[in-house]
Amino acid sequence: MGPDAPVSEPKTPPPVPEATADSTERQAMMALYARATRAELEAAVERFSPLPQVRKLRPPEAGLVMVQGRTGGDGAPFNMGEATVTRAAVQLEGGATGVSYMLGRAPEKAEAAAILDALWQDPALKLAVNDALAPIRRRLAAEEATAAAEAEATKVNFFTMTRGED
Amino acid sequence: MYVAVKGGEAAIRNAHALLAQRRRGDASVPEIGLDQITGQLSLAVDRVMAEGSLYDRELAALAIKQARGDLIEAIFLARAFRTTLPRFGASVPVDTGAMRVRRRISATFKDLPGGQVLGPTFDYTHRLLDERLATQAGDDADRTAAETTTSARPNVPPLPPAGEGWGGGTAPTPDASPAGEIPAPSLPSSDRTRLLPSSTPETEAGNIRLRSGRGFTGARVHTSGEAAEAPAGPMPRVTDLLGDEGLIEPAPADDGTPPRDLTREPLSFPADRPLRLQALARGDEGFLLALGYSTQRGYARTHPFVGEIRFGEVEVSLHAEELGFAVPLGEISVTECQSVNQFKGSATQPPQFTRGYGLVFGQLERKAMSMALVDRSLRFAELGEEKSAPAQDEEFVLSHCDNVQATGFVEHLKLPHYVDFQAELDLIRRMRAEHAAEAEAQAPDVAEAPHKEAAE
Repeated sequence: MGPDAPVSEPKTPPPVPEATADSTERQAMMALYARATRAELEAAVERFSPLPQVRKLRPPEAGLVMVQGRTGGDGAPFNMGEATVTRAAVQLEGGATGVSYMLGRAPEKAEAAAILDALWQDPALKLAVNDALAPIRRRLAAEEATAAAEAEATKVNFFTMTRGED
Repeated sequence: MYVAVKGGEAAIRNAHALLAQRRRGDASVPEIGLDQITGQLSLAVDRVMAEGSLYDRELAALAIKQARGDLIEAIFLARAFRTTLPRFGASVPVDTGAMRVRRRISATFKDLPGGQVLGPTFDYTHRLLDERLATQAGDDADRTAAETTTSARPNVPPLPPAGEGWGGGTAPTPDASPAGEIPAPSLPSSDRTRLLPSSTPETEAGNIRLRSGRGFTGARVHTSGEAAEAPAGPMPRVTDLLGDEGLIEPAPADDGTPPRDLTREPLSFPADRPLRLQALARGDEGFLLALGYSTQRGYARTHPFVGEIRFGEVEVSLHAEELGFAVPLGEISVTECQSVNQFKGSATQPPQFTRGYGLVFGQLERKAMSMALVDRSLRFAELGEEKSAPAQDEEFVLSHCDNVQATGFVEHLKLPHYVDFQAELDLIRRMRAEHAAEAEAQAPDVAEAPHKEAAE
C-alpha cells in the first residue's frame, strides 16, 4: 500500500449560503456545468461581460472523491475507487458566493462554473444564466439521443429453440 | 534485506534517457497523443483506472504512454499520483439502477423489462484479425466484418464521431457488431429492421448458443425498428425481479455505517464484505480471473449464473458541507455484474438464490464477472459452506490481489542484495567445509546439514 493521500485541511470555507427551496434547481444547473466543456462554460460566462469584480474565495483546487458503490447495487455501501475532482468558490462584488465541484482536473472550467453559480443566484440573472446554457443542453440531448439509439440498435431478441436430440 | 549502494548516477541517467528514447519509438512515426489513447485504446484506459483505483481518463492515458503500454507500471503511476492529492470526501453511493445503460445482458432471462442490449461488445465476433485495421483504411471502408465482405451495403451512413460527451470513450465500433449484419449504428430508421438471412445459420450471430436451464437455445438477432422508436425505458435489475418473488437473498442492508477504507487503514482480517469488495474492485484482473475460473472448475463450487451485466454511465455526487446538499460532479462509466448462485435456506428461511457482486470503473466485463465470482466464494462462512479452496480464503485472496503490492515485492528481488548474498556465500562455504570434514572423518551416517533460512 502506498502512503495515504493527505487529508484535505479545511481551508477557510466560504460562507454558508442559505439553504433554499431551489437547491434542486441549483443541483440541476451544477450537473450541467459538470458535463459541459471548458469552452462552453467560458462562452456562457462571456455573455455576462463585463462581470462585477470576482473575488476568489477558493482558487480552483484539484483533489479526490472516493466513489462509493452499493453491495448488490442497492445494499450497504463500499469504496469502489477514487476520482479526480476540481472545486472552486468565488464571490462576486455585491453578489452571491458561487461554488463548483466537478469530476476531472479542470481549474478554468471549475472557476467558470463557480462564476455562473454565483450569477444564477441573482434573481435578476437566473433566467439569463439558464438561457446561456441552452447550447450545452442541446448538445447533451443530441449526444444522448445518438448514444441511446446506438445502444437500441444492438437490442437482441433471443428465441429459445428446441434441441434436436430430444 | 538490502543495503544502500552508491554510485552509478551517470549510468542511471543514461538508462532513463534510453528508456525515453525507446518509449518514443521511431521518430519518423508521429507521436501518439493522449486523445488517441483515450479514444482508441479505451479499454486499456479503463483497466488502468480500475486497478489504479483512480477515475481520470486523461491521467490513465498519460500513465499508459509513459509506461510504454505496460499496464501494471501505468497502474503504479496512477496510484502514486493519487497520493499527491487531498481527498474532498466520499461520494453519495452511485445508483446503478439509474444508469444510462449502453449494454445490458442477462444469461438467466431472455425476456426482461428493458431488454437485452449488446452494446459495444466483442461477444459474437469471430476473432478474425481485420486486415483493414492494419492499413488504417477502416475509417473509409464499408465497415462490415471481414468474413461477410460479400454483403454489399453501399449506403451505410457514417458513424457519428466518438468524441467528447461519450463520456466512457467507448463508442461502439462497427467491428463489434455481430457478424457485420447489423449496420453501423446510426440514428434509427425503419428500413433498418431486418432479420439475419437464413442462409448463414452457421455464423455465431445467426445461431448464438446460450446456456439455459433446459439446454441450448438458438437465437436470432434483429434490430428492432419499433423498439428503437420507444424511449429507453427503465431497466430494473434482474436481482430485483427475482427479489420481488423472494427467490433471491436481498442485498445486505445499509445500516449507515461508513464502509472501511483500505487506503486509510491497513487491510486487516477478518475483512467484512464492503472491504473485500473494495480490494476486489482494485485487484488485478488476471489474478481474479484465475480465481473465478478456479471456482467454476470445482475449487469452491458456487454454481453461478450471470443474472445481469450492465455497462453505462452513472452520476457521481458529493455532499458539500458548505452547500448543505449533494453536488452532481458528472458521470463515470462503470460495469456491474450480478451473479446468481445456488441456494441457501434454513429451518426458518425457505431456500433462496444467493448472490455475488462486481462493480468496476470502465467497461471491464471480465473483471466485473471475476469479481462477482470471487465475492461469492469469499462468502462461504456466512452461507454455511465448507472451506476447501483458495478462492474462499480472504487472507490469501485479498493479500495477493493487488498488483502494485505484488509487483513491488517480486520486483524488489532485482535490487542490489550484495551484502545478503555475501553472507549466504560465506554460510554455504562453511557448510561445505563442515560436510567435507565430516566425510573425511568417515562418519557412517551423513549428518543432516543444519537448515538455514534464506534471507528475504
